[in-house]
Amino acid sequence: MTERTTVADSPAGVAEPATAPAEQAKDTRVDARPKNNRAWWLVLPVVVSVAFTAVIPLMTVVNYSVQDVFSPSERIFVGLEWFRDVARDPEVRGAFVRTLLFSAQVLLIEIPLGVAIAVAMPRRGVSVSVALVLVALPLLIPWNVVGTIWQIFARGDIGLGGWAINNVLGVNFNYTLDSTDAWLTVLAMDVWHWTPLVALLAYAGLRSIPQPYFQAAQIDGASGWATFRHIQLPRLRGVLTIAILLRFMDSFMIYTEPFVVTGGGPGNATSFLSILLSKIAVGQFDLGPAGAFSLLYFLFVQVLCYVFFTVLTRSGR
Amino acid sequence: MRRQRGPGTVTLILDGVFVRRRGETWLDDIHLELPNGMTTLVGPMTAGKTTLMRVAAGLLPPDSGRVVVGGKDVTGISVRKRSVAFVYQQFINYPSLTVYDNIASPLRLDRAFRRDGIDRRVREVAELMGIAQLLDRRPAELSGGQQQRTAIARALARPVDVLLLDEPLANLDFKLREQLRADLKTMFTGSSGVVLYATADPNEALTFAAPTVVLGEGRVQHIGDVAETYAHPPTLAVAATLSDPPLNLLPGVVRDGRIECLGTSFPAPRAHADGHRVMLGVRPHQVSITPNGRAALELPAEIRLAEVTGSATFLHLLLQGGLHLVAHLEGTQLFTPGESTVARIDPAHVFVFDQAGGHLLATSAAEVDLHG
Repeated sequence: MTERTTVADSPAGVAEPATAPAEQAKDTRVDARPKNNRAWWLVLPVVVSVAFTAVIPLMTVVNYSVQDVFSPSERIFVGLEWFRDVARDPEVRGAFVRTLLFSAQVLLIEIPLGVAIAVAMPRRGVSVSVALVLVALPLLIPWNVVGTIWQIFARGDIGLGGWAINNVLGVNFNYTLDSTDAWLTVLAMDVWHWTPLVALLAYAGLRSIPQPYFQAAQIDGASGWATFRHIQLPRLRGVLTIAILLRFMDSFMIYTEPFVVTGGGPGNATSFLSILLSKIAVGQFDLGPAGAFSLLYFLFVQVLCYVFFTVLTRSGR
Repeated sequence: MRRQRGPGTVTLILDGVFVRRRGETWLDDIHLELPNGMTTLVGPMTAGKTTLMRVAAGLLPPDSGRVVVGGKDVTGISVRKRSVAFVYQQFINYPSLTVYDNIASPLRLDRAFRRDGIDRRVREVAELMGIAQLLDRRPAELSGGQQQRTAIARALARPVDVLLLDEPLANLDFKLREQLRADLKTMFTGSSGVVLYATADPNEALTFAAPTVVLGEGRVQHIGDVAETYAHPPTLAVAATLSDPPLNLLPGVVRDGRIECLGTSFPAPRAHADGHRVMLGVRPHQVSITPNGRAALELPAEIRLAEVTGSATFLHLLLQGGLHLVAHLEGTQLFTPGESTVARIDPAHVFVFDQAGGHLLATSAAEVDLHG
């Protein structure tokens, strides 16, 4: 019985959907070769690597999140106690609000700024390559290097940026002492690092708009803003959906750069969820709460991405 | 500029227009004077139709030459300030606006229209284009034909001096094309502005039966009544542009007052020097394979392929010397590829062109019947 079904599903049968019934019957007979399951070996590497990189670690976390581990031999099942603790912890709640606020600010700045850069970028000539390289440059720098760059750049004594703010603008700026300054430094760093991604995505989207659209707008006498609002923006919907999702996920999980620049401080001003999580998991080695925390974090990102995606794709219809 | 409200009529003049890009000449010394009403611009791909229309619209400044609309030189004037409308081969509408707003958009930017005037005009044009029931939809929710109707409605909404349509029906399916073509023809007849309609399809040009400009390789090859041009093409290029299915070409040579071609000959319609090389042009529907009693050139041929469309059969024949000939036969006729037959051509329907220059030397007889 199974043999028959495989035969019907075989590529030969699928490739010729238009064959007459008689021919199909013939095909079935021709294709009644001994079948084997060797193709499964091709899937195996993926199954194994996904198991080791995603499924098993996740299950380990699930395992820790419901136990209180004193030593490898002494563990007590505590049910959902850690989840309850984590959800009520004021420190976690603070970090959650901070991270959400940070992501919101990142999106509010980077999306419009990225689109503006894309619109301003040249369309033809040598300047296209120059502009692309210049814009893409920050994307090529590793996270921890970006952190180090900004850690030095924003310093009041030896950093150009910090020095300029203190001495040229005359504003007292010190990100190691002032929590607002620290926040702004991390935000500026993220904008510098990731706006190029939005700009490049938007640029690709803009390039795909056929010229006649712009000519038609010109003939109608439409203003630059009207052309942007009614031609460019609607046609950027797809790439902007992707840009918003990517930038949300990434900024909500930001870790390396603030860890390098501020280490979460001063106080807990830039202590985002990921920084707090690593403090609990690696610093204090509280595996139970850390496991519960990770799972809640993971679920929240999933749910919010789903909501974003649904809202963005639905509103287009 | 927008003096179109009155009964005044407009003329569009292109005077010595050149456009060169990347070492190629896209438009080569174009001199055209287009009256109000409809004019068809026909030419094969890369003939320069789109370039010519973009110059006429003001989207592309010519390298030299002048564009004059209604007696006023508009060469240097931006397209925004001109009274033009453009319909593209692609269906170009504002994606975020409804059909209503799309049609209204050029009117809202025209000071001459008040709000109630806009509403009336939008509904009027939508009615005319048969999309009155779709006014609330967005372009993405429309079929291709409806999208193009919207684009045309947008172009028609505001009365303009110059309306340019660049192969507007090329991306539509057969039935819609026929229907819209008929609609457009009625609409443009008697227009007080200049309507220039570009097409690569000779049948479309013939159907419109409007004054026709034949464009080829960036040059104006002929201007005239389309039926007249079809019957008496002045050059080989014009004959080829206006023939669909493509014109059959057979080389010949003049000897003793006769034209010899592939081992057969017929009397030369006019006296030519011996040895003069000519190119014979035969429309596929003038080729038959059954004797009809009249004198005919008889060319032995091998059947290569028969394409049956239902009402017609296109028979692809291989002649001596590897020459190809297509016969357009009535009705469904079945043939076996590989069989031998004889292609019969009435010399009265042969165009004799000069092989070197491509000029028409003679038609053996005036070909008056245009459709048969």
